[in-house]
Amino acid sequence: MMKTFDIFVIPFVVGMVFVLMFCLAALGRVILQMPHSDRRRLLVSLVTPQTFLRNIRDIFCDCLLHVKIWKRNPVLGFMHSAIAFGWFMIIVIGHIEVFVLQPFNDYNLSFAQDLGSKLYLPIFFRFFSPEAVSPTAKTLAFLMDFFLALILCGILTAFLKKIKSTIVGVKRITKFGFADSVIRIALWTIFPFRLAAETTQLMVFWWLYSLDLCLFMFLLPFTRYMHIPSEMLLILLRNAGIKSKSPRQGFALAEMYSCPGCGLCIDACPMSVDDEKSGMTSVYFIRNLRKNDPEKMREMAEVCLMCGKCVSVCPVAIQSCDLKMNLRKNESENLISDLSYLNKVDISENICEKGEKVLFFAGCMTHLTPRIIKSMKKIFEKAGERYEIMDSEGGICCGRPMLLAGKTDAAQAVIAKNTEMIRKSGARKLVVSCPICYRVFKEEYQLEDIEIQHHSQYIDEIISKGKLKLSRTKSRIVYHDPCELGRPFGIYDEPRHVVESCGVLVEAAQNRNMSVCCGGSLGSITMSKDKRDAVTDSSLANLMANHPDEIATACPLCLKTFAKKTDIQVNDIAELVAENCS
Amino acid sequence: MNFGFSISPSSHIMMDDVSRKRFDALKKTEPDIAICMSCGSCTATCTAGANAEVSLRRMILMLQRGKDDEALAMASRCLLCGKCYLVCPRGINTRHVLLSISKCLGHDEDI
Ligand code: SF4
Ligand code: SF4
Ligand code: SF4
Ligand code: SF4
Ligand code: SF4
Repeated sequence: MMKTFDIFVIPFVVGMVFVLMFCLAALGRVILQMPHSDRRRLLVSLVTPQTFLRNIRDIFCDCLLHVKIWKRNPVLGFMHSAIAFGWFMIIVIGHIEVFVLQPFNDYNLSFAQDLGSKLYLPIFFRFFSPEAVSPTAKTLAFLMDFFLALILCGILTAFLKKIKSTIVGVKRITKFGFADSVIRIALWTIFPFRLAAETTQLMVFWWLYSLDLCLFMFLLPFTRYMHIPSEMLLILLRNAGIKSKSPRQGFALAEMYSCPGCGLCIDACPMSVDDEKSGMTSVYFIRNLRKNDPEKMREMAEVCLMCGKCVSVCPVAIQSCDLKMNLRKNESENLISDLSYLNKVDISENICEKGEKVLFFAGCMTHLTPRIIKSMKKIFEKAGERYEIMDSEGGICCGRPMLLAGKTDAAQAVIAKNTEMIRKSGARKLVVSCPICYRVFKEEYQLEDIEIQHHSQYIDEIISKGKLKLSRTKSRIVYHDPCELGRPFGIYDEPRHVVESCGVLVEAAQNRNMSVCCGGSLGSITMSKDKRDAVTDSSLANLMANHPDEIATACPLCLKTFAKKTDIQVNDIAELVAENCS
Repeated sequence: MNFGFSISPSSHIMMDDVSRKRFDALKKTEPDIAICMSCGSCTATCTAGANAEVSLRRMILMLQRGKDDEALAMASRCLLCGKCYLVCPRGINTRHVLLSISKCLGHDEDI
């Protein structure tokens, strides 16, 4: 008579029950910690057919097939999807086997036995039903073997990556603690044990297989493998349009659990250049969030340049910059600030003559590089555009540096003041020459009815309208993508068009969304000058890859930062245009 | 009677009475504060300084002389724009100095 139970399945069942309970509890925590409005959003999104379909597609593509990693690095993509998709298929086919072949239906099982066996029969099917007789059974058995082989290939790749990461095209890999190392060994041995158990049918291997699964599941909640269940939740939350509002709670908790520690952010981070251990990168930041180590969390949140590159390479799209901003906000929002003097700043009523004139906001950084203001004036004049400069007398800051420092309330006061002045000016179009200002105007100001343009967009527009006559030189110019302009807004082509109409455009080694921060970023609060210099050097080396004659940027802060550290000419795109227009 | 001049109040400071505890705490948080050479570049370029009394150079001097409250009041007007960082010849991380003044001096009970 065929058995339906053996004592070796117990470790697996215990582990499985534990992990299910933990995940339910974690789910409850995430949901309860979210504000009420977010819970509503989630509910609505779950019953909306469009988001429902998108959820299914995203879970399939991101959690199982790892499409994003494939695009970035096919070898890593293979490794992740072989293990994830293979494992998923083994579980699915295991259930199909039990359901379709129904070898145990003749037995009268009690309800509890039946429920318990539902858990372990698909996993240990080959033990209870070793012979595949019918053609269906044979096909299913073949599929099982195929996916097991796929997983084993994936694990082999992972093993090679561990020995020598450059084989898979990665320079630095994440360093793991004890629990993470143990669970990795557990994961890597699960499938070899299964293979051994199925082929030899020796009890010892079935025991090892079950115990190994048990170990894996007991460690899962405390290690990076928590990302397996958590990523699915994160996709649902994100598709519902929820964003993090705290550094560790609610949505942030789901993000923390969802980081698999893949380490793609390590090579990407500009802070890694100077630091062998790369200890400040986002993967370690998130780990410290999970450990809830306040000192380290703060240190890492404050040093980050907020260049956003780690977010743009992250296959899970974890918004680690948002988490850092939330943390900074908690630290600094209550600091006293006295901005009553802002009411001394003003602008004349309707200075832009109901939108007849363009309003130009230079901002603090452009005031430090008056050559950009001069060039913009020349461009306005040559193009026959009427304009006013909003802060010709100095003006005030745009508010983003304060936001970045976490002083959100004070920043709102600055934002309110500028908004009032812009409205008073009667402008319909606002041009800014600094990406830092551009970002805050776009993201935080309520100026929907006013067109806001970065000067690269504006200049590109007037060139294509034929308002400027430019003479092209033979100079080879490399364009540096400013972080605040490229990654958040995708403004990559407009400044390149402008550069191309003044000279010969060459590309840096890493450009567009992979561009390397200049090191001058106001995003970092604590980074010392030496560290910043190291970042600047590496950013310059990246720009010089194709031996350009000069550098062009679209950010006054990048300009200042580069000019200090290089002998070759650094220009803002406005200067290039002003020099070359006749 | 107006003589066309007046006598300034005494700026005499009894350094024996000055507690440097808070300045030392600040120095721990941002060691850069100790290398200021009072050149005044930061003050000359200050965005907030155009409309209010803000001068990083003076804040650092005040702190050294135990005039913590005045320094704190001044720091609370800073816009953290970072212009002073870009012009400082010593490469002092000015925004962190300014933020730390608010942080370390803002909570007396901590010290
Ligand atoms: S933050 Fe993103 S890129 Fe970095 S380790 Fe986690 S998942 Fe990978
Ligand atoms: S935002 Fe930039 S500097 Fe900060 S951790 Fe990410 S990649 Fe590194
Ligand atoms: S200065 Fe330029 S490159 Fe540096 S962080 Fe700002 S925008 Fe990015
Ligand atoms: S950061 Fe503060 S002190 Fe420095 S220039 Fe800006 S407003 Fe002035
Ligand atoms: S610019 Fe730098 S060195 Fe000069 S006074 Fe200001 S902080 Fe001190």
